[in-house]
Amino acid sequence: MKIGIVRFPGSNCEVDCLEAWRVVGESPVMLWHKETSVKGFDLIVLPGGFSYGDYLRTGAIARFSPIMEDVIHFAQNGGLVLGICNGFQMLTECGLLPGALLRNEGLHFVCGPQYLKVERNDLPYTNYYNQGDLIQIPVNHGEGNYTIADEGLKELEANNQVVFRYVTSNGEVNESGNPNGSINNIAGIVNKEGNVLGMMPHPERVVEEIIGGTDGKGMFISILKDWERRMKHGA
Amino acid sequence: MIKAKIKVTLKMSILDPQGSAVEKALRSMDYPVDSVRIGKYMEVVLPEEARENAESVINEICHKLLSNPVIEDYSFELED
Repeated sequence: MKIGIVRFPGSNCEVDCLEAWRVVGESPVMLWHKETSVKGFDLIVLPGGFSYGDYLRTGAIARFSPIMEDVIHFAQNGGLVLGICNGFQMLTECGLLPGALLRNEGLHFVCGPQYLKVERNDLPYTNYYNQGDLIQIPVNHGEGNYTIADEGLKELEANNQVVFRYVTSNGEVNESGNPNGSINNIAGIVNKEGNVLGMMPHPERVVEEIIGGTDGKGMFISILKDWERRMKHGA
Repeated sequence: MIKAKIKVTLKMSILDPQGSAVEKALRSMDYPVDSVRIGKYMEVVLPEEARENAESVINEICHKLLSNPVIEDYSFELED
């Protein structure tokens, strides 16, 4: 599988993403943000970090990096694009995903393990999980408070675009399970077509027991299995 | 040259966690405050030859980059 991880000035999770892919046997390519083509790739990862120092708004300046024009084109043509943390912020900034990410409620930077509920397993990103799975994936952000206007929220829920929700250790979707004030406890969403996923938690940080867990590994296995299945059917 | 004084504010429908924190602090200092909203102020200087299209250029950059229309509103004044 040909995987590209885009490195922006200020990215800091790109090597973690690279290692996570190595754990499942893949060798991604690191792409500098000044490149202008993502032709031939099967997946583009926009990693976490603080691109451009989070100046102006998180992800706002990175969204205009030279490579993004082709990433947007790639996504609009069905290419898989995964945005994690700062990558999710870029995806909302460039309009590939609806809504926006605000300062966390209470203004606290949150950093630690977080329970999530898997709402969908019919996506290239989540087929290895079961619907309703309770997984623990770390969060690490100051601006992960997902918001969207009422109408957009209705549409998002009606289209089943919420992929992960923040929950308590018992799997309850409530305020105490919500680390940042996100509306409807939204931790990750997908576009209507199902090929662009953005999430605040970091699955790449939990792919080996030695680093604290393997609950994130399922996402990498899912993507790989989906690709293998498509290759087998000549898609 | 021509200077644009730009204000970017969160839409009223969007909760402002920073504004709420400052509001609470002011109340705890016994100021009779109803609400506080925090925004951004920016100055963009355009060259003299851009004078004719200044308004549309500033609108465009506010819309594209300086504000996020999903959550923010902007306004500006042009000054010589």
